[in-house]
Amino acid sequence: MKNLDRLFGSVKPLWGVLTLLAIWWLAWKAEVADPVLLPSPQATMASLWEGMADGGLWGDFLSTVKRTTISFALAAVIAIPLGIFLGSSERLYRSLEFIIDFFRSTPASALFPLFLILFGVGELAKILVAAFGAALVILFNVAYGVMNARQTRLLAARVMGANKLQTLRDVMFWESLPQTFVGLRNGVSLALVIVIVAEMFIGSTDGLGHRLVEAQMLFRMPEMYAAIFAAGALGYALNWGSLLVEKRIVHWGGK
Amino acid sequence: MAELRVYAIPAEAAPPAPAAPAAANEAPTLEERLRWFPPNTHITVRGLRKTFGGTVIYDGFDLDIPRGKITSVFGPNGCGKSTLINMISGLIPYDVGQILFDGKTLAETRIGYVFQNYREALFPWMRAIDNIHYPLKLMGVPKAERERRVEKLIASFDVPIDFNAYPYQLSGGQMQTICIMRALVVEPEVLFLDEPFSALDYEMTLLMRDRLQRIYQERGTTMMMVSHNLEDAVWLADHILLLTRKPTRVADFVSFDAVRPRTAETLSEPDFVRVKKHCLEVFQREASLR
Repeated sequence: MKNLDRLFGSVKPLWGVLTLLAIWWLAWKAEVADPVLLPSPQATMASLWEGMADGGLWGDFLSTVKRTTISFALAAVIAIPLGIFLGSSERLYRSLEFIIDFFRSTPASALFPLFLILFGVGELAKILVAAFGAALVILFNVAYGVMNARQTRLLAARVMGANKLQTLRDVMFWESLPQTFVGLRNGVSLALVIVIVAEMFIGSTDGLGHRLVEAQMLFRMPEMYAAIFAAGALGYALNWGSLLVEKRIVHWGGK
Repeated sequence: MAELRVYAIPAEAAPPAPAAPAAANEAPTLEERLRWFPPNTHITVRGLRKTFGGTVIYDGFDLDIPRGKITSVFGPNGCGKSTLINMISGLIPYDVGQILFDGKTLAETRIGYVFQNYREALFPWMRAIDNIHYPLKLMGVPKAERERRVEKLIASFDVPIDFNAYPYQLSGGQMQTICIMRALVVEPEVLFLDEPFSALDYEMTLLMRDRLQRIYQERGTTMMMVSHNLEDAVWLADHILLLTRKPTRVADFVSFDAVRPRTAETLSEPDFVRVKKHCLEVFQREASLR
């Protein structure tokens, strides 16, 4: 019994996947939808496998990873120090809060035309618009992390003779890290969303977004589903990876 | 480091220059008050004024804290016990007044501070050992010297703690011990303790009380401890500073000179019982006045 429990327990996430595949397969078999619109799971998986193996999908996948990584890194490098700086002075943050919240709430896709005009149709516009969206999310979280730093810890540093800069570097930065990671996780997801949308609409020749639109226009449905899965796997992996890094670095989190 | 300060009013303790108009108004009285304090005084508080919002907490408050003694601060809730040691240790500002350590300002004095909430006072991203190193690092002490000092401190404490653990892996008593070590590693002239036992269980409190007494006996550091437990306050102290309700004044400054090391038996000795009873009477009188 116990062994059986363990067996079921360890593969628990798989059950959902298998169920979904089963339903999909049944729906395809029963021709619930036009088979052109809803290909079989095996055809889709075959397309995913081929695309990844022979380069087409894999190349687009890598382009998207590259753009997402660059824009996310750019966002983090700018937003973390800026967030610490703004958060360290609550009055300063409050005076900028409206602007940050406003642009944080503006759909990044609404900024595409502006970025296109400013930076042209090339690589730069895509990366910058994604970085801009991600940066605001990261900035907001870092600043809040710093503002909510535990008072006792700041006082402890001060009574030990730490000056402003040392307090910022040795206490506030670390105190804000758990919240910073919330921002980084949201930021990387958002960067991926914006990059894929940008690849769809800002004249692209590669990337998952481009592949998706192309497959749709040519009615290559298995290929389109494969690209969707690839994008989903990428988003999941990015989130999972940042959780892993977070657990490593913020080892004191929740303790 | 070894420089010796003589009891005399140094230049900076002279009546404030006209640059500070608020204090200048009361200059004559402040000057008079500054002239005298009993021998063996370490900390002098003169003409202290502190308001929170519109409420006056301290006004014209004078206090002398003796050198090399443990002074407990005890008083009714909200009378500003912690506020007092926080002003003296520079954690919160005061409106008017002067606080000097041997005639030196706070900036010229090495102090240590032990917080009530050890969990929030330690840095959980650093190992226990690095927490202890940190104040020395801030002082710019080179690594080799730091290691020598921390090793010496650890040897003198002789406690079974894994110093390579992170704070959250330690027990409450161990964490508070690390806090005390972090405060002591700079060899402070004054050690402030803000209700250091109130987050510990009774068993741990007894242990930490004992440990603190041993530290005091070995080092003779001037200590100022806020306590909300009269037993702890009297048992550890040479003097018990009893405060009134706000606006806060000194209700009494009681001496307790039982021999050290004090033990569990001390708690039942007539002298302890008498002093504790007296303090309780003063406290009840002050607490009932509204």
